[in-house]
Amino acid sequence: MSFLNPKRWYHSLGKRRFYEALLLIVFILFFYGPLLYTFMLAFANKYEYPSIIPSQFGFQWWNYVLNQPTLVKSIGLSFEFAFATTFISMIICLPAAYVLARYNFPGRKMVMFSFLLGNAFPKIGIYTSMAIVFYKMNLMGTFTGVLLIHLIECMMMMIWLPTSAFRNVPANQEEAARDAGAGPLRTFWYVTLPTAWPGIAVAAMFAFIASLGESTGTLLVGLPYYRTMTVEMYGVILDYPSTAGAVFSLILIAPNLALLLLMRRYLGADTLARGYKMG
Amino acid sequence: MSDQVKLEIRNMTKLYKTGDGVRNINLTVNLGELVTLLGPSGCGKTTILRTVAGFLSCDTGSILIDGKDISHLPPEKRPTAMVFQSYNLWPHMTVYENMAFGLKLRKIPKPEIQRRITEMLELVKMSGFEKKYPNQMSGGQQQRIAIARSLLLQPEVLLLDEPFSALDAKIRSQMREELRKIQTDLEITVVFVTHDQEEAMALSDRIVVMNKGSFEQIGTPAEIYDHPASRYIADFIGEMNFIEQRDGTTIAVRPENVTLELGDGTGGDIGGYVRTIMMLGHFYEIAIGTDSGIVKAYVSAETAGKYKRGDMVNCYFEGTYRYEPDSEKKKEKIAPA
Repeated sequence: MSFLNPKRWYHSLGKRRFYEALLLIVFILFFYGPLLYTFMLAFANKYEYPSIIPSQFGFQWWNYVLNQPTLVKSIGLSFEFAFATTFISMIICLPAAYVLARYNFPGRKMVMFSFLLGNAFPKIGIYTSMAIVFYKMNLMGTFTGVLLIHLIECMMMMIWLPTSAFRNVPANQEEAARDAGAGPLRTFWYVTLPTAWPGIAVAAMFAFIASLGESTGTLLVGLPYYRTMTVEMYGVILDYPSTAGAVFSLILIAPNLALLLLMRRYLGADTLARGYKMG
Repeated sequence: MSDQVKLEIRNMTKLYKTGDGVRNINLTVNLGELVTLLGPSGCGKTTILRTVAGFLSCDTGSILIDGKDISHLPPEKRPTAMVFQSYNLWPHMTVYENMAFGLKLRKIPKPEIQRRITEMLELVKMSGFEKKYPNQMSGGQQQRIAIARSLLLQPEVLLLDEPFSALDAKIRSQMREELRKIQTDLEITVVFVTHDQEEAMALSDRIVVMNKGSFEQIGTPAEIYDHPASRYIADFIGEMNFIEQRDGTTIAVRPENVTLELGDGTGGDIGGYVRTIMMLGHFYEIAIGTDSGIVKAYVSAETAGKYKRGDMVNCYFEGTYRYEPDSEKKKEKIAPA
């Protein structure tokens, strides 16, 4: 095991790389440490201070969490909102993105810029102002109200990414379809969309994940009727033992992870990278 | 090629916000004719083509095919088919699907579609490529499929926008030949756009030489080559020597019409010394340095052997053109000397 000797490392890597490697290890521990800890806690049956590692592993706390009706309900609701947000934002934003990509109308840059504004200010300020308007419109504590909050979250991505994706469809290909006899809608369906879909898929992924993770606004507008996982999380941290919290965390993280892995597998790193282009 | 008019562009004007564009375009193309719009970038040739195809609307004027005004129809309803310089084929579809796209829209039954595609692929020498994707083929092959796809639509007028400009020289001449053969065999009316004068000369029944948004000359390749109407055209088409005269006019003569003789450099139409002798395949180009600039002569290998660099020569011209000093209006051409 002598090769594990740091001194030997130091000499084989050279001074600079040795310190770089150290830095990387520290960073990874710092970054993934809490996640690893959560992972460990979630499967801990018996965990007593001052031991670092649980004395017994098991699924006890999973049983516990999944038998709490309010918690399970919140999981369903989170997904409901996520699907609704993604779907509706696509219906609203995709046609707009196409127009922004193809037509150079006066004020186009201002419109594109305006979609950045939602992310330029502290969210709590935006949500509070929205809440004031919602009170007047009787939208507080409604599904629509929370949905609107979620939609704001993903606007920027849903406009910028698809616009760039559409812009990267060569105009000649669309024109060739028109030339062959396809009307504008057919051309969009058979030529534009198949070419632009990586960008749209990435945007949809962002929208889904953003909706799942949205907490402050939903808390403000949704209580007490609409409690998503993130809203319940506040309560879980306060009222339940840390192991239950760990389980709930993992339930929250799991869809994100699954989506990323699915995307990577079916889209491939190449397509994913292309989808992220915002130029 | 008949005398029946297939395509007519009447008084067409299309201007862009920058002021560029085309003005008062009038052109008729007969059935089975291949007419080329020739000119440098920005002269408006692609604008005219795209207006005929329907991707641009004209400000004034009309476009008629077989006597019917199609100016207000969207591209999908016009009886035209266009082949672009690049990005013709849809990358997510196979060759078969690319070609079947238009036919399916016309609700042609599947076995008929299959038959037509097989036939067409044979015509463009791409049999067996049905299942390939565009990115598995070379540029030349892709353009062949693009042309095949357009022909399948049986257009009244086929429009080609510099289709061979992105290909290398050897493939380009091959494609030219094949296109011309198909076009004459099937008697298809074609409007071809290019900036390559050699291509225009080789392919066309008639050439329209354009400059800054209007037509400078229309004629057969021979007419344009032998009787260029302006200095611009003389310069653009083929190789031409220009000799500025003291009164401001310009004498122009083709290199192949220049004969040399060893002398003292003061005789003939102009005299000078041999600057360079270049071998250009089956003939030689000898550049003569004169007081009025460089004069090039094309000579046979045998003749070239008689000269070496530095020799004083006299040049004799056979068939010259004279152009008035540069101005906005057309130049005057004097009959060959």
